[in-house]
Amino acid sequence: MSVIYVLLAISISVALVFFAAFVFSVKRGQYDDSYTPSVRMLFEDELLPDLDENEPENKEIELTKSTNQ
Amino acid sequence: MEIQQFSYDNKIVQKFLYATMLWGVVGMLVGLLLAFMFLFPNITDGISWLSFGRLRPLHTNAVIFAFVGNAIFAGVYYSTQRLLKARMFSDFMSNFNFWGWQLIIVAAAITLPLGYTTSKEYAELEWPIDIAIAIVWVVFGWNLIGTILKRRQRHLYVAIWFYLATFVTVAVLHIFNSLELPVAALKSYSVYAGVQDALVQWWYGHNAVAFFLTTPFLGLMYYFVPKAANRPIYSYRLSIVHFWSLIFIYIWAGPHHLLYSSLPDWAQNLGVAFSVMLIAPSWGGMINGLLTLRGVWDKVRTDATLKFMVVAITGYGMATFEGPMLSLKNVNAIAHFSDWIIAHVHVGALAWNGFLTFGMIYWLVPKMFKTTLYSKGLANLHFWIGTLGIILYALPMYVAGFTQALMWKEFNPDGSLVYGNFLETVTQIIPMYWMRAIGGTMFLVGMLIMVYNVIITIRKGSSVEDELAEAPALTRVSKRRVAGETFHSWLERKPVQLTILATVAILIGGIVQIVPTILVKSNIPTITSVKPYTPLELEGRDLYIREGCVGCHSQMIRPFRSEVERYGEYSKAGEFVYDHPFLWGSKRTGPDLHRIGGKYSDNWHLNHMYDPQSTSSGSIMPAYQWLVINEHDRSATQSKMEAMVKLGVPYTDEDITNAPQSMAEQATQIEKNLYTDPEFEKTYEADKKYAQENGEDFIEMRDREIVALIAYLQRLGTDIKIKETEEIISQNK
Repeated sequence: MSVIYVLLAISISVALVFFAAFVFSVKRGQYDDSYTPSVRMLFEDELLPDLDENEPENKEIELTKSTNQ
Repeated sequence: MEIQQFSYDNKIVQKFLYATMLWGVVGMLVGLLLAFMFLFPNITDGISWLSFGRLRPLHTNAVIFAFVGNAIFAGVYYSTQRLLKARMFSDFMSNFNFWGWQLIIVAAAITLPLGYTTSKEYAELEWPIDIAIAIVWVVFGWNLIGTILKRRQRHLYVAIWFYLATFVTVAVLHIFNSLELPVAALKSYSVYAGVQDALVQWWYGHNAVAFFLTTPFLGLMYYFVPKAANRPIYSYRLSIVHFWSLIFIYIWAGPHHLLYSSLPDWAQNLGVAFSVMLIAPSWGGMINGLLTLRGVWDKVRTDATLKFMVVAITGYGMATFEGPMLSLKNVNAIAHFSDWIIAHVHVGALAWNGFLTFGMIYWLVPKMFKTTLYSKGLANLHFWIGTLGIILYALPMYVAGFTQALMWKEFNPDGSLVYGNFLETVTQIIPMYWMRAIGGTMFLVGMLIMVYNVIITIRKGSSVEDELAEAPALTRVSKRRVAGETFHSWLERKPVQLTILATVAILIGGIVQIVPTILVKSNIPTITSVKPYTPLELEGRDLYIREGCVGCHSQMIRPFRSEVERYGEYSKAGEFVYDHPFLWGSKRTGPDLHRIGGKYSDNWHLNHMYDPQSTSSGSIMPAYQWLVINEHDRSATQSKMEAMVKLGVPYTDEDITNAPQSMAEQATQIEKNLYTDPEFEKTYEADKKYAQENGEDFIEMRDREIVALIAYLQRLGTDIKIKETEEIISQNK
């Protein structure tokens, strides 16, 4: 039966470590910038190749595309 | 800063989307067939591979792992690439993930109807497929983590964390729950027995819901809802809190599936406590999702995508309010084993998973094919017909569950049950089953409208298989930047460490519940009169598993006066010590069978299996005629017994050597018992004579499958007598 107490003790102490890590991170200002990521994800970074057909970069795009495939 | 150009892999997303729609239709069609089998039990008369017991796991597996599974992969492969600004780590792995997963689904669709099942809910697939699942899942995780490592965006958006937690936890759950000893190519026994097996199974079963149907979809919610609304998530901080608290609490809640069962009380109470706590992170997440739409509710009025998402998140909120409620012992006493649970899971599956998937599809398809949706009108029609379908499905099932559960518990003033015949409580709720079937039909019709809408949209669009993108390369983190860094921002940069810590959090929950039950002997009082099954009973048990009887019949009498009165002495943990796997069940469409042994004659069982309506008029049990006709293959009995010995069942060498003889004796005895019915003698002898006259082979009754099944059923729950039970109770005090 004693193994239950051993296991409970281990798990509770690890849980306390997690809790401590959480409190620590809050106190150290971890979540100060908890806004930028939520806005950043709204921006798309896809290129629209047909917009700049005469631009020289377009060739590079073609090249990168083939290497990435 | 160096700008790098690369391309996103859209083709893999498209493939997963097609698979989502295909398997969604298949899975729901099977579900609909099952719904109609409640009304016309013999609709697939005589076809073994279309019988209810075998199709139920096909429905659950198809919807969970094929429909929702493919939707997860589609959403993850789309959003991960964009959130990390990188193409998936390996195109080969992406395709391996896709084709491997589809092969597993096809394997499931073939083996389950053929009766190859482990009987453990949502883990029914046999061991070779289990291994395949593990391999494909690891490839998925590898691909995901590989992409994280080569990302161009240092911050890991909250959705990625949810995906990581999903990968890690499902891997751990799947492996531990699927530990089984193979007997043949498609037959194995769970290494755990009885109570332990039940605990491991529901630790898995509950977390399959948590980490397959919830966390990945929360990740999808945190990506697709802001995208579709073009609004940042209401509170990014809340999403971080949501993630950590959810993964930490969820893993402990499994035992709420086993309340009032033979599971030790402390484990039950632990499960209840954590289930109640779960409401906080769940509702935090729901509110975060809904409030994201603040200021854009006018869009919800016109945009079908957002409509679907709003209902999805609301469904999540309802299901996660109901979950903690159902975990309360007094509520669970009513709801467990009833259709209430069916309503609960379908609010989750149809609204949360289904509607979020539909919203995602309506948003993704026009984007992937550079066009607009073919018909907004059809999308709106889908929304309304689907929403009404959910309501028509769920409400009648709540009524049915509550009605039936109360009927089960109703007593006359003299202490006898008002509805002593289980069947009365079933016929009472048949109208509810009708409404459920209609609601389900509406939901499926909506889905078909979507498939049509999507096909036309794709036809008029142009597919971009590799979408070009550019982003600056990730710069090395200089010492100066790291100076004064907090723990969590360090963690956010380190996906591997994050994964390991998440695994640790999850494993603690699992270990603290499982290890004690396995190790501590006092948790399972051994009962001296409980003996291993005879070889014939063991074979009969395998037939019970094959036919999926456990889908409708529990083997777990809870310690309530109403249940003891109806079924007999309540179930004791010690009675299941040789049950590999356990067969407690989770739903009573029919009565509990734990004390069925000796209640009816062998003839009754034979007639009941051949034509249930002949013995129980109005019964909704389908006929199992093939069991009565087919010859029973008993060639593997000895190797099955040897496997059982390895798992700790005390069969002696003598038992194993004498198995064929023992089976023949027991089968002949049952055949003799059957002869006591003159009706049986008449028809059986006539069959025999007919076969002889026409030169056909005749299978003796003792060699048929039904005899083994009768042997098992007659054995069930007969190991302990009431007198002995009282002794055990006094000893334990």
